[in-house]
Amino acid sequence: MFKILKYSFYDLSRSRWSYVYFLFYLLLGFTLLFLNNDLSGAVITMMNVIIVLVPLIGTIFGVMYYYDSKEFTELLLAQPIKRKSIFLGQYFGVAISLAASLILGLGIPFVAYGLFQSGAIWDFVILLVTGVFLTFIFTALAFNIALSNENKIKGFGFAILLWLFLAVIYDGIFLMALVHFQEYPLDKFALIATMGNPIDLSRILILLKLDISALLGYTGAVFKNFFGTSMGTILSLGMLSLWVILPVWRISAKAKKKDF
Amino acid sequence: MVTIESLYKKFGKNEVLKGIDLTIKDGGIIAVLGPNGSGKTTLIKSILGMVIPNKGTISINGQNIKKDWKYRKEIDYLPQIANFPGNLTVQELIKMIKDLRDKPANDDELIAFFKLENFLDKKLVTLSGGTKQKVNLVLTFMFNSPLVILDEPTSGLDPISLIRLKEWIHKEKAKGKTILITSHIMSFVEEIAEDLLFILEGKIYFNGSVQELKKQTGQTDFEHAIANILTEHHV
Repeated sequence: MFKILKYSFYDLSRSRWSYVYFLFYLLLGFTLLFLNNDLSGAVITMMNVIIVLVPLIGTIFGVMYYYDSKEFTELLLAQPIKRKSIFLGQYFGVAISLAASLILGLGIPFVAYGLFQSGAIWDFVILLVTGVFLTFIFTALAFNIALSNENKIKGFGFAILLWLFLAVIYDGIFLMALVHFQEYPLDKFALIATMGNPIDLSRILILLKLDISALLGYTGAVFKNFFGTSMGTILSLGMLSLWVILPVWRISAKAKKKDF
Repeated sequence: MVTIESLYKKFGKNEVLKGIDLTIKDGGIIAVLGPNGSGKTTLIKSILGMVIPNKGTISINGQNIKKDWKYRKEIDYLPQIANFPGNLTVQELIKMIKDLRDKPANDDELIAFFKLENFLDKKLVTLSGGTKQKVNLVLTFMFNSPLVILDEPTSGLDPISLIRLKEWIHKEKAKGKTILITSHIMSFVEEIAEDLLFILEGKIYFNGSVQELKKQTGQTDFEHAIANILTEHHV
C-alpha cells in the first residue's frame, strides 16, 4: 500500500491543482489576517470558510482523481498487488496531499503573523484538525461514489449533490424540523441529527473550543449542556473518526467485488 | 498449467461467459479467437482476477486464484488499450512498475529491441498510439514470467515493429513459456500460434491445433476456415 501511496502522492504533488489549492489557502490566510488584524477573529472567519470549502474540494478532488487515474488503476490491477492496497493507497495519497495543502497554506500565514506567541494557537490547531478530518471524510465519500458509478458524469453529479446536501440542505431540513416540532422535547433528536452530519460536528467541535456561546446555536448549546465541553469535544472527535473509518472500510469492501 | 472449470460471468443482464471448461498446458502459443463481444477479454481478465466470475473456478498450477493475488507474480499481461498515467515519462513508468513488482527485469534489452531510446524522457501523453503500444510491450515482457497474456498485441504497430514483436514472441516460446494471445489479424495468428481456442457467444466452440481446424471445416486456407465457423453460426 505504501508504494501506491507514494506514487499517488508523487503524481499529485506534480499536479497543478494541488498548488492552486495551496495558493488559495495561502492567499485566504493572509487576506483574513490582514482584514481582521487579530488571530482569534481570523480563526472564526476561517472556520466558516473551511467548513464549507474543504468538503467541496475533498469531494471534487476525490472523484476527479479516481476517474482520471482509471487507466493507471487497471495497469496496477494486473500486477501482483492486493486490490485493497491499490485503492487505499490512492485514497490516502489524495487525502494526505490535500491535507498537506491545507495545513501548509493556512499554517504559513498564521505562523508569520505570530501564532506561536498568541493564545489562539490551540484554537488554530483545532481548526486544522477538523479541516484534516473533513478532508479525509469527504475524499473517502467521493471514492465510494466513484467506485459505485462507472459513469463519470453521474459520479460527479452524485458527489456535488452529496456536498450540497450535507453543507446546505441538511441544516435547512434540520431547522425546519426543529421549528415544526418545537412543542416536543427535541434534545435527543438534535444530538443524533448532528452526529449524522460531519460538517455540523466539525462546527460544534470548533465552537466548543472557542467557547463562543452566541455562535453555538441550538445544537451546540444542547451538545454543551448534555456532555460539557471536554466530553463534547471527545465525543465529536470520536464521531468524526467513525465518519472516516466507515467510508474507508467500504472502499476496501467495494473494491474487492468490483469488475474492471 | 491453467485449469478453468465451468466459468460463468454476467454483466448485468448480459451473459458473457456461459460455462467455460478449459485446460491450458505449459509451453506453447495459444490464440484465443472469436468475434467481437464473444468473451475473450472477459476470459483473460478472469484469469488475471480483474473480473470476478459468478460461478466456476480457475486454478493456476493447482492453486485456486480466488482471493489470491500473489499468483500474478508469475503472469505478464499486455492490456488491450495502452492507457497510462499521462504526466509520467516513459522512464519513470518503467521504473515505477519495476519498483512495484520487485523482480529483476531486462528492460534495457527490450528498449533497445523496440528502439525506444529516444522516447525515454518523453511524457506518455505526447506519445503516438504505436509508441505507447511499444512501451506497453516493454512493460509486459520485461519480467520473464512463465505465463504471458497478450490482448491484441499488434494494435497500432508499424510493419517493422510487428516483425520485431513476432521475433520476440518466438524467443519467448523457445524459453518454454505459455503464451496466450488474442488477435483479429488472422495472418498474424496463423503465423504464430500452434493451438487455437475459438470462443463463440461465451462458450468454447473449438479447441485444437490449426491443422485440426482446417480438417474439421474442410478448408485448406486458415482465414476461410475461421470464416466457415462464423457463417455456419450466422454471426
